[in-house]
Amino acid sequence: MKNRINDFIVRFANVNGTGSASANFLFAKTIFRMGIPVTPKNIFPSNIQGLPTWYEVRVSEKGYLGRREGIDLMISVNPQSMAKDVQSVKEGGYFIYDSTKTLNPEYQREDIQYLGIPMMEMATHAFEDPRKRQLLKNIIYVGALVRLLSMDESVIKNLISEQFEGKKALIDANFHALSLGMDYVESHFEYPLPFSLESRDLLKDKILVDGNTACGIGAVYAGATVMAWYPITPSTSVAEAFENYCKTHRKEENGENKFAIIQAEDELAAMGMVIGANWNGARAFTATSGPGISLMSEFLGLAYFAEVPAVLIDVQRTGPSTGMPTRTQQSDLLAAAFASHGDTKHILLFPSSPKECFDMTAESFDLAEQLQTPVILMTDLDLGMNDHVSEPFEWDNKRKFKRGKVLTAAELEDIGKFGRYLDSDGDGIPYRTYPGTHPTKGSFFTRGTSKDEYAAYTEDGGAYKRNMDRLIHKWETAKKMVPAAEISSPSSDSSELGILYFGTSTYSSEEAKDLLFEEGISVDSIRIKAFPFGKEVVGFIEDHSAVFVIEQNRDAQMRKMLIMELDCNPKKLVSVLNYDGMPITADSIRQQIKLYLNPKNHSSHELSETAV
Amino acid sequence: MSYLKPQFSHPKLPKNKLGYTLKEYEGSLSTLCAGCGHDSISAAIVRACFELSIEPHLVAKISGIGCSSKTPTYFLGNSHGFNSVHGRMPSVATGANMANKDLVYFGVSGDGDSASIGMGQFVHVIRRNLNMVYVVMNNGCYGLTKGQDSATADQGSKNKSGNINPFQAIDLASMAIELGATFVAQSFSGDKQQLIPLLKAAIRHPGFAFLNVISPCVTFNNNPGSTKSYDYVREHIEATSARDLVPDKNEINVQYKAGKSAQVEMHDGSEIQLNKLDLDWNPEDRISAANALQKARAKEEILTGLLYVNTEWKDLHGTLKITSTPLNRLKEGELCPGNKVLGQINESFR
Repeated sequence: MKNRINDFIVRFANVNGTGSASANFLFAKTIFRMGIPVTPKNIFPSNIQGLPTWYEVRVSEKGYLGRREGIDLMISVNPQSMAKDVQSVKEGGYFIYDSTKTLNPEYQREDIQYLGIPMMEMATHAFEDPRKRQLLKNIIYVGALVRLLSMDESVIKNLISEQFEGKKALIDANFHALSLGMDYVESHFEYPLPFSLESRDLLKDKILVDGNTACGIGAVYAGATVMAWYPITPSTSVAEAFENYCKTHRKEENGENKFAIIQAEDELAAMGMVIGANWNGARAFTATSGPGISLMSEFLGLAYFAEVPAVLIDVQRTGPSTGMPTRTQQSDLLAAAFASHGDTKHILLFPSSPKECFDMTAESFDLAEQLQTPVILMTDLDLGMNDHVSEPFEWDNKRKFKRGKVLTAAELEDIGKFGRYLDSDGDGIPYRTYPGTHPTKGSFFTRGTSKDEYAAYTEDGGAYKRNMDRLIHKWETAKKMVPAAEISSPSSDSSELGILYFGTSTYSSEEAKDLLFEEGISVDSIRIKAFPFGKEVVGFIEDHSAVFVIEQNRDAQMRKMLIMELDCNPKKLVSVLNYDGMPITADSIRQQIKLYLNPKNHSSHELSETAV
Repeated sequence: MSYLKPQFSHPKLPKNKLGYTLKEYEGSLSTLCAGCGHDSISAAIVRACFELSIEPHLVAKISGIGCSSKTPTYFLGNSHGFNSVHGRMPSVATGANMANKDLVYFGVSGDGDSASIGMGQFVHVIRRNLNMVYVVMNNGCYGLTKGQDSATADQGSKNKSGNINPFQAIDLASMAIELGATFVAQSFSGDKQQLIPLLKAAIRHPGFAFLNVISPCVTFNNNPGSTKSYDYVREHIEATSARDLVPDKNEINVQYKAGKSAQVEMHDGSEIQLNKLDLDWNPEDRISAANALQKARAKEEILTGLLYVNTEWKDLHGTLKITSTPLNRLKEGELCPGNKVLGQINESFR
């Protein structure tokens, strides 16, 4: 059998809270350092200790970073999930287990190989401290993988040395555990396995980082000074990252902070603080997930009507309550786009990589202040909490924050009568002032609805309508300012068929496009980066007879938004969906598209039969 | 509708240190009912700011929703105002305050806005000791929705429709003391002699200053049997204190009988002079303040005046160790770490 190089999937089945996450990350990071495209994904429960957790690593020489079905190698160290874990290994695959205890005969399959390693026994012999035994057991199986998959031993040792810099005893203990695993493989098994690794230089200057960290750094670079937040998975690490990087890069020489971070009493308060701070001229933001969007809705509507900038990072997850919400989804689109009461619509941005999380977070602040309205960054658990290979972050030192139309005291002296909600420039965007700017000019009263162009209270329907019409005019201006969709064709001739995707569906959609092309099905593609949609989206739908709208929710929310906003023919937009909480796979996209194109493979149902 | 007041002013109107007359501190004409207690509080705020010679544009007025929350339009017309979301004034004030520590923040709320829908935010803004004046215009009922009982309506109080309130009242002043508010006062909209110095002291207080002001609703809760009517409050009021705030100690010298007066020195050098209710009560002792309120309640008295003050606690800026320059004035150079640092950050992910 030909050795498969740099193309396989490994899954680790662990118990939550046993320190497996850092050992598994060490495995993935070693592959990254070997210059090979790698995608690790953490599949975790709503639990701190005791429940099953999985870590899936896809290695792809071709650079496909989406999830794929079919596990080649399972490292099973959790008896709780073992029955299911055995079943999930692909035919011809391998199953590594802790042979300290004999394997339950029920778990025997004829079509896979078993590699038993007495991990616990070895750890117990080698280390005294019970907690250390548990942690280093994980390093033992990583050591076994070093040999089984031909990992670069010096790379992994460097990583360990970096991680525990200055702590020799820990480095030695980890090296020891690593050798225990390597030695065991050398003396008991044939190695490497039929699929293994070979160092490459495919990643150049790319980085391996999660989207939430990228958002936090983006906010630091964009000059956010106030962050208010309420803890909710999977968004919490945005606040943590912002705080960490502020502590390193936002201190005065006397140790005082050039930032304010407040853990609010709930999401309503978090959004209220963001609006108060932005109203007063600071760049402020919050991060949350679906339930937080629901709670922030009233405030989002106020910010839309009162025209106060606000940046909100929505790290989407599955639905309400607890449990499945530690799984990924793109299911807050409608809730976010139309959050609140009255006629409201909000600007959404859809990042698909950590680099875009960084860029779009920074851009959100510019857009929110230029357009004086909330901007919601629609990321998700998969992008936010998993590490992704990404282009490095970039920043132009000459870049200025685009603070929008804010009048200074001198400008107020010159303009005559100040009208807070007056469309002086014809783009629907009025001028604002910060409190405290001028002793007698430019003050105004901020309200949701009942006001005229000069911010004076009025319940006159005509004034209300004029304001609403100006807001929709501003929405038209926004269409030209938000990032445009990206369009591409696999060949020089454009196809009749198109696929449309956004956010974390991007990786698998692009892979599916290649898979279909190999089968002779050519599709053009468009990646949506923002709502409202620009005219390029209208053009793309007009130019194709069918457009497959790929998204990770049940109700085809993006498709609905396209129909509502663009008034396009619903029959042209065919849904390709995924909503089991796991990231969408290329194969599932390919199958759904093929099923639509070849319905004869599907059991048909004739109308005449119904009549009988 | 709000109406702009005529700009005419008498040339001999007295001026404050900044050369402003009261006119510069007024707002639009009130659209509340004639005789509404809230208008008296607005007038007291105007007077307090005038007397303290505060630059009107360096005040931010933030409110929630309700009759009380409409009042920021009726005072300090040269200040920015924000009529926000029902019960959420504290969070908007918190964010605004974080952005610029150099303004005076007036939060205006009502009993529905603070004791019901906004209870969560009321409690947490106290915990954080945000430097602001938080005024509750407390009339025991929902005015804008036509007179429903609020959570501060006393048990047994009768409303205009003749219904007796069967529920216990939430006592906001007791709660504020219990939660550690660093300045707690209670007053009556009909007693401007007391209210104005209390407001002045609240403005000067370097932390969270809470004023619960009983402010009768002339339209829905001023009937016989209501414990928030003008008549009832006048009959049951017991003033503790707060005769004056002395911005500069040497300027005014008021004599008090020994054992009957107290002075609280503020950090900016001003001093609050108080008449003492009884010998047990010490305005700087939380337990005695809580006791005084409980005792008064047992006697069906409404205790007014400055009840508790503590100037030792850091406000939120101090707790979070925020730099002395207001955050909204920091520019790119002070906020953005630049591309060299970003190169190092990238390297940490390789």
